[in-house]
Amino acid sequence: MAKAELMDYDKALELFEPVLGFEVHVELNTKTKMFCGCANEFGSGANTNTCPTCLGLPGGLPQVNRQAIESSIRLGLALGCEIAETSRFARKNYFYPDTAKNFQTSQYDEPIAFNGQLTIELETGRLVTVDIERAHMEDDAGKLTHMGGAAGRIQGADYSLVDYNRGGVPLVEIVTQMIEGGEADSPEIGKTYVAAIREIVKALGVSNARMEEGNVRCDANVSLRPRGSNILGTRTETKNVNSLRSVERAVRYEIQRQAALLHAGGTITQETRHWHEDTGTTSAGRPKSDADDYRYFPEPDLVPVAPSRAWVEELRATLPEPPAARRKRLQADWGFVNLEFQDVVNSDLLDVLEATIAAGAPAQAARKWWTGEIARLANAAGVSADSLVTPAQVAALIELITDGTLTDRLARQVLEGVIAGEGTPSEVVASRGLAVVSDDGPLIAAIDEALASQPDVLAKIRDGKVQAAGAVIGAVMKAMRGQADAARVRELVLERAGSAAVEPAPSGSGE
Amino acid sequence: MTSLINQTAAALAGLLADGSVSSVDVTRAHLDHIDAVEPDVHAFLHVARDAALATAARVDARRAAGEKLGPLAGVPIAIKDVLATHDMPTTSGSKILEGWIPPYDATVVRRIRDADLIPLGKTNMDEFAMGSSTEHSAYGPTHNPWDLNRIPGGSGGGSAAAVAAFEAPLALGSDTGGSIRQPAAVTGSVGVKPTYGGVSRYGAIALASSLDQVGPVTRTVLDAALLHDVIGGHDPLDSTSLTDAWPSMTAAAQAGLADGALKGVRIGVIKELNGAGFQAGVKQRFEETLALLSAAGAIVSEVSAPNFEYAVSAYYLILPAEASSNLARFDSVRFGIRVNPEDGPLTSERVMAATRDAGFGDEVKRRIILGTYALSAGYYDAYYGSAQKVRTLIQRDFAAAFDKVDLLVSPTAPTTAFKFGEKTEDPMAMYLNDITTIPANLAGIPGMSLPMGLAPEDGLPVGLQVMAPARADARLYTFGAAVEQLLEAHWGHTLLSQAPALANIEMFATEGGAV
Amino acid sequence: MSEITAEQVAHLANLARIDLSSAEIDRLTVELGQIVDSVARVAEVATPDVPATSHPMPLTNVFRDDVVVPSLTVDQALSGAPDRAGDKFRVPAILDEE
Ligand SMILES: [Mg+2]
Ligand SMILES: [Zn+2]
Repeated sequence: MAKAELMDYDKALELFEPVLGFEVHVELNTKTKMFCGCANEFGSGANTNTCPTCLGLPGGLPQVNRQAIESSIRLGLALGCEIAETSRFARKNYFYPDTAKNFQTSQYDEPIAFNGQLTIELETGRLVTVDIERAHMEDDAGKLTHMGGAAGRIQGADYSLVDYNRGGVPLVEIVTQMIEGGEADSPEIGKTYVAAIREIVKALGVSNARMEEGNVRCDANVSLRPRGSNILGTRTETKNVNSLRSVERAVRYEIQRQAALLHAGGTITQETRHWHEDTGTTSAGRPKSDADDYRYFPEPDLVPVAPSRAWVEELRATLPEPPAARRKRLQADWGFVNLEFQDVVNSDLLDVLEATIAAGAPAQAARKWWTGEIARLANAAGVSADSLVTPAQVAALIELITDGTLTDRLARQVLEGVIAGEGTPSEVVASRGLAVVSDDGPLIAAIDEALASQPDVLAKIRDGKVQAAGAVIGAVMKAMRGQADAARVRELVLERAGSAAVEPAPSGSGE
Repeated sequence: MTSLINQTAAALAGLLADGSVSSVDVTRAHLDHIDAVEPDVHAFLHVARDAALATAARVDARRAAGEKLGPLAGVPIAIKDVLATHDMPTTSGSKILEGWIPPYDATVVRRIRDADLIPLGKTNMDEFAMGSSTEHSAYGPTHNPWDLNRIPGGSGGGSAAAVAAFEAPLALGSDTGGSIRQPAAVTGSVGVKPTYGGVSRYGAIALASSLDQVGPVTRTVLDAALLHDVIGGHDPLDSTSLTDAWPSMTAAAQAGLADGALKGVRIGVIKELNGAGFQAGVKQRFEETLALLSAAGAIVSEVSAPNFEYAVSAYYLILPAEASSNLARFDSVRFGIRVNPEDGPLTSERVMAATRDAGFGDEVKRRIILGTYALSAGYYDAYYGSAQKVRTLIQRDFAAAFDKVDLLVSPTAPTTAFKFGEKTEDPMAMYLNDITTIPANLAGIPGMSLPMGLAPEDGLPVGLQVMAPARADARLYTFGAAVEQLLEAHWGHTLLSQAPALANIEMFATEGGAV
Repeated sequence: MSEITAEQVAHLANLARIDLSSAEIDRLTVELGQIVDSVARVAEVATPDVPATSHPMPLTNVFRDDVVVPSLTVDQALSGAPDRAGDKFRVPAILDEE
């Protein structure tokens, strides 16, 4: 494909006003599919989670998953939506080999949730309120693998393979109203909006929210309006932009591409576009045409969903604190500066940190351990930090440091023991014999020996060169195998050096 | 001589229960008769001879071991090919599904197996149940046992002919706009379309989801009730299935045999289904039946259903619209045949289109295109939307009528069985044939057809249609059994005993004389 | 007389994925026109005050518990496939549509 001309981003914004819209598909983490009892699980053997209903066999019929309805209502409520008094499913008719029935069971004129709002905060602190048009339920399609031709691409493939395990998995599609006034922040708005949706569905527990597994998928609509005009431009819909960074890049790319095209006197085709992660570009897909006549009609095999107001209120009562509000509260409670807090959020450690602090650990210590040593070990092992240790274990570890049982260095060894499954931090301390030696007797013996073997150092200390004590402290710590409190050792070294009890050993010895 | 094949299911159940006969004997008698008459009738698309005998032997063994079995255990049954069966091909009368064996059983099939009935095979039908004559089967038409040159009705002509030709005492049918009742009428048998939601649709290959209903096809009202009790009741796999605690239809039918069962029953004659276009002999037998009912103490009055004149139009919008979507899954990917285009590139889209062109018959294509049109942007409101409003008006007509009467009656079909080819050239003429049966499907109410005599002009069976309010299926059985008893007493024999012998098989002593 | 044209029928056939021959399209154009003329009279009584009925029995809120039930085996699932490769259904090349 020919490489598209791009206009300089700042110039594009001088000439045009971007108008955005997003359709985010959230895969629910129910145990079973939307309309049948097959398992909703990622990564099973091909076509192992299928039945007459989700395979679209003749005679198969759908049955609505109550949990999927509850999750959809809770998600709708979390997005500030109204929940429909009566809602129904409709058939969206189109032929495609990954769509077993050759219609998608979706919602059309009566979605479960509508008229919502979500306020997001950009890095500059700018608040943007995104109006949610609707959140509706539908089922996912199966998975196609394109064979032959260029690696995995649909273009030029010789044939394709279909796995219907994902077919029928419940989705909620969240559709925004047009977002105007985003201006230069538009790409960041896209990223932040999708991040906010992801955070909300995670907090609700209704989705695994793993973008890399396609649990949250974004279609980004972008159009440009010439400055001074009030006529909307033609929009493009970039499909399946599946990481936060990609949402930002794709919006920016489309603004620059469309601007160049319009400025050169061209026109925008209303079409779906593909996002290419590798090149950071979009390419033309199918133009919108009368083939998009989906012939929606009410699904006759399913009856309307009419959630009682009592049920809706019951579900509202289960909503967690909105993630944005929670973040504000936690940062204030913990007294973290922005950078510290952002580090925690970006490392996805908010939940474990909260639990660790709730278990009694001081906030800064909890942050230091989770974003430091534990994150480092998790990174090295290629796993998530919270899979290594529990907040309770970390809190117990920090407690041992606070009460002087462990030094930081000893604590790192204890952490290794805990991760290795040797028990609680106290158990590891006991079994590995790692506690700090707090009895001065053995320390004094070790210090006296070290001073005696280093008469030059002793002399320097006696001459008032206190910093020379470091060498003795190091030797003592080594002799104690780290199980000593360095501060106490220093105190004792100075004390012993000043007393007559210590005499230098005859030279030549102690080497 | 009375043989095993011309017993009712109820009678066979009695003989099996008291050990007079074995299920293997009964099953073999039917299979032998199928062998003898199928060349003429062609009611079956598949006969499962070995499996039927093996199942019968197992049932006999369990009975011999003292196991308590259900009332119809060991009785053979024929299954309309619209129903998924895991051990027999299921084609819905279409070439596109030729040879397809589903990996599962329809709920009703599972229920008849659980009740130890003996599946004999799969019966012929109009392709995807689209038709009123079984002429639209991809596997050739079924012939009416009363006159082999005539249609057995449709779409369930195979099931109706099978019971009318004594190939099976019981059969399963499906009724979207009359596909159980109209074949029953033209073959002199009994057919019931239950209340929508009364019998599971899971595993029934959908024609029009909001209209389809599975039901019994038999030779007597009591047999239909016995079968209804086996297949009916809530099924969580069908979201439109009713959770009602249904009364025993068998008990309801038996109640109809009591003296005075018709006394005081209010019968409404639908003015709009008793006018022009009805064959003289059909009208005559209908009037005679009404007279007999009055004489038996029923209160017969006329009721009006002014919106029925729009029923056929509404039906031929709703049905094709739903069917066009239901039949989209026939795409050569997961099941069924695959046909490549004659030339040009082999793309998924082109292979689907070539398969659907080759696999669907003319009537199916006609209705898919019509339904696609009715749903397409810009036409939805005028066609599909308006048709759904007519549906409301027809429900209101029924509600108003049932305020005044207990049951509604009409002839089941405007004419007796017509000759092959008589209406295939004019789709609209064929569609109008369903005028009497369609309203019940649009409203979801139950309907029954039972024989009410032979038309004097052609000696062919005429059916009486009875309709009851939604959920009042039991009322149909009580009334139907009473009317059946009244008519048979009047004639002095059953209607089917008057059917001509087939293929030199001696079944009944010929008694002669029109009924 | 209805407005149904051969182009319209060809378009509908494309939407419905049926590769109709031109003879079939011509015949269907006539038949469809007659049928549509006849059924269009539903509009006569379908006034705005009449609600639509999509389901004959007025049920609502029919739900299934979120409990896994056994699926088909892979061999059962693929038993009717016209073509397969391993445990997947195999279909001819899909042109770039979506
Ligand atoms: Mg969608
Ligand atoms: Zn399934």
